[in-house]
Amino acid sequence: MAASAFEKRMRDGVAAGRLKSDELKNNFNDVHPPLDGHEALVASDRCYFCYDAPCVTACPTAIDIPQFIREISTGNTVGAAETILEQNILGGMCARVCPTETLCEQACVRELAEGKPVQIGLLQRFATDEVMTQNKQFFERKPTTGKSIAVVGAGPTGLACAHRLSMHGHNVTIYEARKKPGGLNEFGIAAYKTVDNFAQKEVDYVTAIGGINIKYNEPIGPNLNLDKLRKDHDAVFLGMGLSGVNALGLKGKEPEGVMDAVDFIAQLRQTKNKGKIAIGRRIVVIGGGMTAVDCAVQAKLLGAEEVTICYRRGQSQMNASRYEQELAATHGVIIRDWLQPQKLKTKSGAVSGITLEYTHTEKKKLVGTGETITLEADQVFRAIGQTLGDENSDVLENELKLDHGRIATREDGATSLDDVWAGGDCTNMGDDLTVTAVAQGRDAAESITKYLNA
Amino acid sequence: MADISNNFVGIKSPNPFWLASAPPTDKAYNVERAFKAGWGGVVWKTLGEEGPPIVNVNGPRYGAIWGADRRLLGLNNIELITDRDLHLNLREIKEVKAKWPDRAMIVSLMVPCEEQAWKSILPLVEETGADGIELNFGCPHGMSERGMGAAVGQVPEYIEMVTRWCKQTTRMPVIVKLTPNISDIRYPARAAKAGGADAVSLINTVSSIVSVNLDDFSPEPSIDGKGSHGGYCGPAVKPIALNMVAEIGRDEETVGLPISGIGGITTWRDAAEFLALGAGNVQVCTAAMTYGFKIVEEMISGLEAWMDSKGHRTLDDVIGRATPNVTDWQYLNLNYVTKAKINQDTCIKCGRCHIACEDTSHQAITNMLNGERHFEVIDEECVGCNLCVNVCPVESCITMEQVPAGQMDARTGKKVVKKYSNWTEHPNNPSIVAAE
Repeated sequence: MAASAFEKRMRDGVAAGRLKSDELKNNFNDVHPPLDGHEALVASDRCYFCYDAPCVTACPTAIDIPQFIREISTGNTVGAAETILEQNILGGMCARVCPTETLCEQACVRELAEGKPVQIGLLQRFATDEVMTQNKQFFERKPTTGKSIAVVGAGPTGLACAHRLSMHGHNVTIYEARKKPGGLNEFGIAAYKTVDNFAQKEVDYVTAIGGINIKYNEPIGPNLNLDKLRKDHDAVFLGMGLSGVNALGLKGKEPEGVMDAVDFIAQLRQTKNKGKIAIGRRIVVIGGGMTAVDCAVQAKLLGAEEVTICYRRGQSQMNASRYEQELAATHGVIIRDWLQPQKLKTKSGAVSGITLEYTHTEKKKLVGTGETITLEADQVFRAIGQTLGDENSDVLENELKLDHGRIATREDGATSLDDVWAGGDCTNMGDDLTVTAVAQGRDAAESITKYLNA
Repeated sequence: MADISNNFVGIKSPNPFWLASAPPTDKAYNVERAFKAGWGGVVWKTLGEEGPPIVNVNGPRYGAIWGADRRLLGLNNIELITDRDLHLNLREIKEVKAKWPDRAMIVSLMVPCEEQAWKSILPLVEETGADGIELNFGCPHGMSERGMGAAVGQVPEYIEMVTRWCKQTTRMPVIVKLTPNISDIRYPARAAKAGGADAVSLINTVSSIVSVNLDDFSPEPSIDGKGSHGGYCGPAVKPIALNMVAEIGRDEETVGLPISGIGGITTWRDAAEFLALGAGNVQVCTAAMTYGFKIVEEMISGLEAWMDSKGHRTLDDVIGRATPNVTDWQYLNLNYVTKAKINQDTCIKCGRCHIACEDTSHQAITNMLNGERHFEVIDEECVGCNLCVNVCPVESCITMEQVPAGQMDARTGKKVVKKYSNWTEHPNNPSIVAAE
């Protein structure tokens, strides 16, 4: 006799197909459904059109937010999108994934006034969706300069850089390690934040300007080192992100069932059938950032019964915003703080639980208290930060100045080499947000252009 | 509990809220629903003379402008007077009045500007038992092209003449409805009084084109690609109406002439303002057409609650109370000095006061203090114009504070004088110099 729906959902261990396909479809729907035309008008009407608006200051790409919202309110959606995209060519993705609650919407005067900011993110999505659906382009290449620039990585920072370089008439070659473009937009963000293959569509929209050639399966390595890139091109922009994942730092060999959260997130984005992705009945996620939340919530949405995020410091210190923490909580994820991993429990070669030690701070230093707790777990996900990765570090560290394992850059993305710039997560500049990566790519393109024209 | 029963030129109604002559009062079905909902009276939609019924357009009759969330702010219509048979209307008026004796039943009339036409219709109306008539000299569209409505209302001599014909013919009180589409409302009001009118009602709708369709360049509402000016009403016209009511209320020649106030009345508060400026009661249309008849419940309870809170026992305690405070500019006290003050605790730092003052007024509001976003009034520059108060999105965040007598006005460098003094006695007034 076939297993009942209940039996499928409650299977012990790691199993695929805990939920029915319609349940999965529903679970992974757009987390913030887009505004319709009238909703956008009502939402736009709430904007006060502030003088020297705080939301603009708070936006890493400095989009003229009051201007684009006013354009929406007058029915000029196309003009609104142009206002957004001239500052941030990936404005569509940023509208979906920006932690607006800690950026523009936190700065909104209506947040101060009544705790209900203007829905800037959703309005930005409304405008950008409209022009991307129409495939309306706003930017043209200047006459070609004949200069050739290498961009490493087709993620947010590389795409933003390439687009701006192309606007200035340069020829761009993007070297992408994977077989698909988009970087974290394509592989690293929860499926419910960017549905309907949006990342891919946005890459097509951005590269439609022309003059951008993407080469796939071309990772930095012995065959593609900095030396070669500098020889082949007039300038180089590094935006390869972070490919390594920090280890849990526990003794012994890691058993089956211990995984990187980023791999799980990528798997969910790339699969055609989420019902085929195996997930444990009980899950522990180690970490406190957006990746931990994306991983935990999606584990829950796949049908895991019990999902716990364990973070070694207090909840208020988590990198995941308050809003993201609430999103996790409303999905039934348990967030436990002041716990650090101590030992994995195994059963027939696979993980069966994890022992964690309670922590506290002494003289601002995190220390274990000696007291422990053991949580049952069929899977343990690592989400404790990323690194440049061995391949990248090996290739780069002899030639470029690094800082805390990342590429040291000036504000405009310039590195220790005259003709090399860098942006995004692989640098020491920012806060690892898509929007900051876009700003850095764009600004580096301006800096490169100035260098080439000098 | 305040008593809001109304006696308007001898016509009694349980409250001062009447429905104006318009689509909501076109037939017994609607009027009975209105009475059930609590309306104090109705002015039945305008009847014309006997003969083939009026023809309306078969396309859209209304256009509109909207505020936030598509809230209707102004409505425009090109509907004509009733397109139902005269005798059907008269029969229904009689039946409804008999059924609802405590409610005011006024009949609006518009017939050609000929004595016989008016004298023929009046006995028919009288026979229904209606409480009074309202002469529609206001309608700005359609009928005015045929020499009726606003075409009469724009010529004081015609107003006087027709009013006199009616007063000579009927025992019923005569209310003359005025059009705002004139340069000075006092002339038609004086004419109505001269003709013997018992009261005036105002305003009728304002001639308007409400919008233009930018795809086919037709005015809205569009009838097969063409549009005609319509009559504008709703909340947007209230300030125009209030001023006209006040003008009549304080004109020496018309002082004491009862006024039925009309124009954008949507809430009890609007109604109270009309009463305060001298209206003996009010008529409502657009608000009912937007939200249905139920709104009268809020109007009644709101008016009563306000009157109770202020100790006003009857409508007479309120009517005309603001009229003496309406004056001409030249009599305003030039020694009354105010400065804007921004409450830093409630300021949300949107900066609108700053940019409005900086770009368009007196450069009297800061935007920075020690490198921080900070908005504060510079008394040396502030003329007390109130623009910042009006553009501030936070209620009561910016207030106008009076500079007390004896204190220095930082802008002029002069001490504020206690004595009332106006333009007529100001040294810069050339008329004074001429008089000497």
